[in-house]
Amino acid sequence: MIHAGSPAPKLSEAAAGTLPLLACITLSAVLMVADHRGDLSPRVRGAISTAVEPVWRLAALPAAAWRWADTALSRQQVLADETITLRRELQLRDAQLARLEAVARENQRLRALLGGKGDFRLAVQMAGIVDVDLDPWRQRVRLDRGSAEGVEVGQAVIDAGGMLGQVVQVSEHGATALLLTDASHSVPVQLVRTGLRLMAVGTGTSDTLRVPNIPQSADIRAGDLLVTSGIGGRFPAGFAVGTVRAVGPDDTRLFLVAEVTPAAQLDRGLEVLLVMRGEIDVDVGPPIPADYRDPAPVAAGGAAAAPGAAEPRQ
Amino acid sequence: MNRDTPLWLRLASLAVGLVFLVVPLPPPFDGLRPHLLALSLIYWALESPGRGGMALAWAVGLLADVVSGTLLGEQALRMAVLVFLVQRFRAQLRFFPLWQQSAAVGLLLLNDLALMASIRLIAGAGLPDWGPMLAPLVGLAAWPWWFLLLDALRLRHRERAGGR
Repeated sequence: MIHAGSPAPKLSEAAAGTLPLLACITLSAVLMVADHRGDLSPRVRGAISTAVEPVWRLAALPAAAWRWADTALSRQQVLADETITLRRELQLRDAQLARLEAVARENQRLRALLGGKGDFRLAVQMAGIVDVDLDPWRQRVRLDRGSAEGVEVGQAVIDAGGMLGQVVQVSEHGATALLLTDASHSVPVQLVRTGLRLMAVGTGTSDTLRVPNIPQSADIRAGDLLVTSGIGGRFPAGFAVGTVRAVGPDDTRLFLVAEVTPAAQLDRGLEVLLVMRGEIDVDVGPPIPADYRDPAPVAAGGAAAAPGAAEPRQ
Repeated sequence: MNRDTPLWLRLASLAVGLVFLVVPLPPPFDGLRPHLLALSLIYWALESPGRGGMALAWAVGLLADVVSGTLLGEQALRMAVLVFLVQRFRAQLRFFPLWQQSAAVGLLLLNDLALMASIRLIAGAGLPDWGPMLAPLVGLAAWPWWFLLLDALRLRHRERAGGR
């Protein structure tokens, strides 16, 4: 365990360590404050992220190998059964989709009759979740698409169930998305049944959202569905956020607080969809602020994109 | 010092520590991952003291911040403090038997946990669940194995390079 031959400890060494320590503490404190306040240029973080990208790729390897082995070694019968189940499900979805398409076409026609310019088409981009465990104190996922593939900070992330979160940081070939359930995340929502507008905030646990500050008189009960309201323009309207699980008085007894089960599969699934920002429907939600200038006033559909950003449309 | 500690082993142990921060583990072990990066830094601070030890710890901690997505500078600060403490008590720590050394590592990690919790409370994050709270115990249990592994690798290298 203990080896002779290494130099004997010098007394001055311990004393000399204090100055570098102070330097380290100061530097860290400055960095932390800057990062916490958001003063740090995203380019700095992006650059370091690109540098540590290999670490994430490497960390995701064992799980990927495990999945590959699981597929390669599982019995044929199991796979065949799974295929049959999936095929049935696909048929069912196809039927539903065909009906939905008819409804969408009808909707389009009616909108044209009414003279509205709203467009509910949705451009999405698929992204995979890199299988790494980020800091357990925060609810985040790492995605394998980055700025090179057109991902931007602020894009909404959804899955088949509903809202998942939003992109908070982008590097060249990867991005970090903050989940709905992170304690620092909140999303404007609306009750489907009554139209009541609320805010849903994360709790830090992956199966619960909180909706605080509901007036006592509000009509809300367990089982109600919440969807995004589109207010604020960051999230497109109409995506399922969750179902109310329980409603009760808050600590002050002046307001109600609701517990919500998220609609998206926050801790399952390996693929998500990124909503292209140009497709956010400006017809839904509050009026556009007066100082907002539409970059392309004649463009059909909602052009809520930042000026100069040209998104591909489907 | 340079003859004793091959650079590749140093870097490799730190790289393994970094990757291990984010390797997905099955749910029950998820919160119980040993902080191998901290253990590696403790080992190298014990076995090959040098001038740049703390700066290296700070830089690696900064990388760890980006890798695990914590506040930039948090782990950097924690790792620098950790290495500072090890350097301070190096004379005692080095001559402890292994079990006593593990206990000391547990205490160092407890201090690290307190530092982390205070930083995060100041930053406005809540207290975590029990998983991260067990980090000192996990580190204490992992230390002997990590120590013996690194020691064996280092000794083997020295034997091969020996004769000089």
